[in-house]
Amino acid sequence: MMKSVLSLFSIPVLALALGACSSGPQPQQQASDYPEPIFTAKRLLPPEQEDLDDLTAVYDPWEGMNRHIYNFNYHFDQAVFLPVVRGYETVVPSVGRKGIDNFFNNFVDMLTVMNSALQLRTGKFLQSTSRVLVNSTIGLFGLIDVASAMDIPRPVESFGDTLGHYGVGQGPYLVIPFLGPSNLRDGLGLLPDVAVQSSIKSAVLSQPLNLTTTVLFPIDTRANTSFRYYENGSAFEYQMVRWLYSTKRKLDVKQ
Amino acid sequence: MTITKTTQQFFAGLCAILFASLTFAAVNTVPNYGYPIKDRFAATVVGTPEEYRAKLPDDVPFKGRSITIFPERVTPDVFFYGHELLYSVALQDKEAPLIFLIAGTGASHNGAKNTDMAKAFYQAGFHVVSISSPTYNNFVIAASKTGVVGHAERDAEDIYHVFEMIWAELKNEITATSFNVTGYSLGAFNAAFVSKLDEERKSFNFKRVLLINPPVSLYNSISLLDRMTQDIPGGVNNFDKFVDKLMRAYTTTLESTSYKDTADAGGDDFLYKTYKALHLKDEELAALIGTSFRVSSASLVFTSDVMADYGYIKPKGMVLNRYSDLRLYNDVSLRLGFTDYYHEFFYPYYKSEYPDMTRDEFIHSMSLTSIEDYLKSAKKITMMGNVDDVILEPGEIDFFPRVFGDRATIYPYGGHCGNMSYTDNVAHMVAAFTEGTM
Repeated sequence: MMKSVLSLFSIPVLALALGACSSGPQPQQQASDYPEPIFTAKRLLPPEQEDLDDLTAVYDPWEGMNRHIYNFNYHFDQAVFLPVVRGYETVVPSVGRKGIDNFFNNFVDMLTVMNSALQLRTGKFLQSTSRVLVNSTIGLFGLIDVASAMDIPRPVESFGDTLGHYGVGQGPYLVIPFLGPSNLRDGLGLLPDVAVQSSIKSAVLSQPLNLTTTVLFPIDTRANTSFRYYENGSAFEYQMVRWLYSTKRKLDVKQ
Repeated sequence: MTITKTTQQFFAGLCAILFASLTFAAVNTVPNYGYPIKDRFAATVVGTPEEYRAKLPDDVPFKGRSITIFPERVTPDVFFYGHELLYSVALQDKEAPLIFLIAGTGASHNGAKNTDMAKAFYQAGFHVVSISSPTYNNFVIAASKTGVVGHAERDAEDIYHVFEMIWAELKNEITATSFNVTGYSLGAFNAAFVSKLDEERKSFNFKRVLLINPPVSLYNSISLLDRMTQDIPGGVNNFDKFVDKLMRAYTTTLESTSYKDTADAGGDDFLYKTYKALHLKDEELAALIGTSFRVSSASLVFTSDVMADYGYIKPKGMVLNRYSDLRLYNDVSLRLGFTDYYHEFFYPYYKSEYPDMTRDEFIHSMSLTSIEDYLKSAKKITMMGNVDDVILEPGEIDFFPRVFGDRATIYPYGGHCGNMSYTDNVAHMVAAFTEGTM
């Protein structure tokens, strides 16, 4: 589950990005204006069927806007995110980066405690609670992941999962600026998660430290996400990512 | 595709597979071989479990780079991200022999197999230059002269051109004491034709060449792989249900393993655990191999069609941009076989250049058999293969001992490239370039 980077960006920025990108679909050329290609869908259709089944179907009514945001995210990644991550990896030694990552994971584990409780999932609640207790104490405020060394499993439950658990469907596919693939349910689910996480952080961290973590969090998240835009070899990356994301989320919720 | 054709293909595939399992004994294989997975399909899917893998260093400076191969080329907007060719290097800080790595079908310069090979060769003291397969989306867009790939000689020319351009940049940074080339799967096939081209062009005068699990005939191998998608329960129209089932099984395994294992959920070790937990049947594994190939070939067919504007699945002349909905092309290309592409796009496209060649002669020219005399005489070339390779037709494995003699090493297991990370195989790869004088 992708960690939230939203806390970094205020709602006006988000609205601006969405507004800038939702200028409507570009005038598209119509396939019917051109000669029929050699291998058409018609050739594949069983006689009683009118349209080809979509093998990687995902409900995406906002595709035009989503594709623009996807494109924006790619350029932001190239121009800002990845150069910053490279700098981070040059300046901070790997043991330090590991500690920082553990520190943030501990906060994510706290959200799992909350969401497992909301879903009445005892096992995951106990696992994540033990993780937070062990890592926040012996693990020096989460800097060392003692819990994983003790083989305590690490479930991840977001508010999106909680909504899904109570039967809320994924809703339309949604590409969130800076963050990437999501859906309406998970996107809205980010808001309580981010709110809870921010209040925990401001309660336990000093003001300067809180500010530092706000800057470091997205960098750490990107540094630990191996995904690179347009490097997976598929000519159909948008569809592929969309399908993989929604399939994964479907399975996540069922677990 | 009619039911009859599908049924025929299915039975042909089944017969080929059954027959193949009866004919393994014909070739001499390496004795006392310890690779653990004896099932050819499982080996192909799963690879090498952790405890059997060669120990390779983690701190190899294997870094991505990019280069413009055709500065004049106007890249179609739908592939706006692909103008530059991406590749990777791991360079020694002193003079050293250089090795080029060519990835297999649809695989990238920094995919798992090339990365492992890069580590092994870097550790053995080589400068490493790793490139994607000519069938990889980025290569087709940035470095294929025609955009229509899969052609033995044309791909070799494209690769050679890429090697020359990369070396023109690298020679300002490093000194190479010799040039060498290797590749696996289609990359091995490419390496053989690249080596032959080098005999004329002489830019590198390759010292050693190693072919790892090459196909003998491209057409035979793609036919085998096409038939494997027929193993999807209910056919390719049930692709989503089949993948759904596999992913469900995969996440179940993910949940039941401890946290440490899930950190490497895509790795061979995890796949091995999933495989052992699932008891997948051979047909299901074959379907998985076929599906994986189909996903690569779908991307390739569409990319080639756009680059050459041939009008195969996209209407000729129609321009797509970065925001275009590609759903229809994805759905069509996932369903068409690579053999369909071969007969209706690839062959007609090149036909005008070889007006006297029949279809069978053309198919023959896309095989190692067509350069058999060269392969016999070129002592610099060695090969390693597996007797149970799933992309070889029954009896095709015999080609290697017959042509290469003792320069061929055939392992008794491993499927298609499943044993490439196994300790003995990694040692063999390195020895193929370091034994004798360097």
